[in-house]
Amino acid sequence: MKSLFHHIMLTLVALICLVPFLWMLSASFMSPGESARFPPRFFPENWTIEHYQTLFDRLNLSRYFINSVLISSAVTLLSLLVNSMAGYAFAKLRFKGKETLFKSLMAALIIPGQVTMLPVFLMLKEMGFINTYWAILIPGMASIFGIFLIRQYALSIPDSLIEAAKMDGATDFQIYRKIILPLCKPILITLAIFTFMGTWNDFLWPLIVLNDQDMYTLPIALANLMGEHVQDTELMMAGSVMTVLPVIILFILLQKYYIQGIMMGGVKE
Amino acid sequence: MSRIRTRSRWSSVVIFLGPALGAIGIFFVLPVLAAFIMSFTDFDIYSLGNWEYARFVGLANYSKLLDNPVFWQALKNTFYFVLIGGPLSIAVSLMAAMMLNSPLTRLRSTFRVVYFLPVVTTLVAVAVIWRYIYHPKFGLLNYFLSFFDVSPVDWLGDPVWAMPALILMAVWKNFGYNMIIFIAGLQNIPRDLYESAMIEGASPWQQFRYITLPMLAPTTVFITLMTIIGYFQFFAEPYVMTQGGPLNQTLSIVLYMYQEGFRWWNMGFSAAVAFVLFLIIFLATALQMRLQKESTH
Repeated sequence: MKSLFHHIMLTLVALICLVPFLWMLSASFMSPGESARFPPRFFPENWTIEHYQTLFDRLNLSRYFINSVLISSAVTLLSLLVNSMAGYAFAKLRFKGKETLFKSLMAALIIPGQVTMLPVFLMLKEMGFINTYWAILIPGMASIFGIFLIRQYALSIPDSLIEAAKMDGATDFQIYRKIILPLCKPILITLAIFTFMGTWNDFLWPLIVLNDQDMYTLPIALANLMGEHVQDTELMMAGSVMTVLPVIILFILLQKYYIQGIMMGGVKE
Repeated sequence: MSRIRTRSRWSSVVIFLGPALGAIGIFFVLPVLAAFIMSFTDFDIYSLGNWEYARFVGLANYSKLLDNPVFWQALKNTFYFVLIGGPLSIAVSLMAAMMLNSPLTRLRSTFRVVYFLPVVTTLVAVAVIWRYIYHPKFGLLNYFLSFFDVSPVDWLGDPVWAMPALILMAVWKNFGYNMIIFIAGLQNIPRDLYESAMIEGASPWQQFRYITLPMLAPTTVFITLMTIIGYFQFFAEPYVMTQGGPLNQTLSIVLYMYQEGFRWWNMGFSAAVAFVLFLIIFLATALQMRLQKESTH
């Protein structure tokens, strides 16, 4: 009895989380105007895929989709490289001022990122990077959180392993390449998902630095659609499905790594 | 052995740390300093073309700010969001974590994935859905409330209800994140504590009050801190849902900063807004750490 009540509560919360998404999916298959009725309908009366056709044929959705995939993958790869190198250095290299440097990085986390938006924008403008993907790629390549995650994980790699490799004459780069990277694979996957999803979902920064419609990512294209087709609810729902579906699939496939990352971030410091 | 204990070669340190620190230096530290300097200038759209047009104006931006009722409105809204939305979202996260962590729960990982789904989804898409849920005529929320004889509310258009509507959506979207951290904290509490409490006849509430809460304290402190910092930077929800309206009732500090900076190009003024926010976050963080220290002694 107690267990039944418990599961009813669990299911209720699950429904609150799911209903908006299910309804989005359902509304995206409704014929035009069907969602603007009272009482609201949960299932389409006349199923149609015309909104998806409109998105792909007229509104260039595949282009934005490819843009999103490309830019998210590029940021992910570059930031994995840069952050893993720095995380390794903070975990395993020995140099003066390491602890101070790391602590100041952590302290910098309380500065709201929005403070930097204006100067970074001006800087990129001077460099001629506005309206290019460099404007997203370069500022996104290092992240304090990413360095922190990798460092925490790499700290657990025993020093004896590294010392043995040094005895055999391995250079720091070989140690990074042959020991650290393979052993850090789980956390690298975690960071990759975080970065990929973060870039995929990011909306404000691309909106600021990209002007050319052909370069838009999915979220900006969707926001744009919201402005132009505000009456076409079903069309916007189809656009939303195309925007969230990839991240939902990615999350369900790789959720173990994602959740592990949040737990790591939450446990120490 | 002694050779290994010595410091790493500087060339290695530079190669491994250089790219990350360089990027953080150029795209984070330097801009923070630049923004600070800018906040004492009248940097505006004319200075965009030629930086020499910007002049130092001392504290003029800051005093203009304090005289501006819109700024105080934004400040009030931000505190509203932090003080109501913050505790609410932490409470929901904790409750969800305890429900999932209960030994009764079957299909635990399925529920966990479902609860987490709103966190990973794109805010713009979520906004499309929620704007429709809040629709005064066809929205699901009003439809649901009509069964309880509640007359339709224009959630996003009513100055009184717009902020609660954004808080509700933000809690829905975010609670899964802190929930995961709480689950990690709950799993670190030894089971036998509960077992001996049950033998001594402690009620579920007593178990929660005298075992769960104290044992969970470090996790709660961490979560409260991160939530406060995050919620002070309230921006995306009002940006996509209300643009700060109606009547500036959902205008947050960061949204105000963004509008002044990127819409009106009052960059000096906008930078001053950013630093006031920074100061507030800094003080709130310090205050929380102080309270935390006092309560543990």
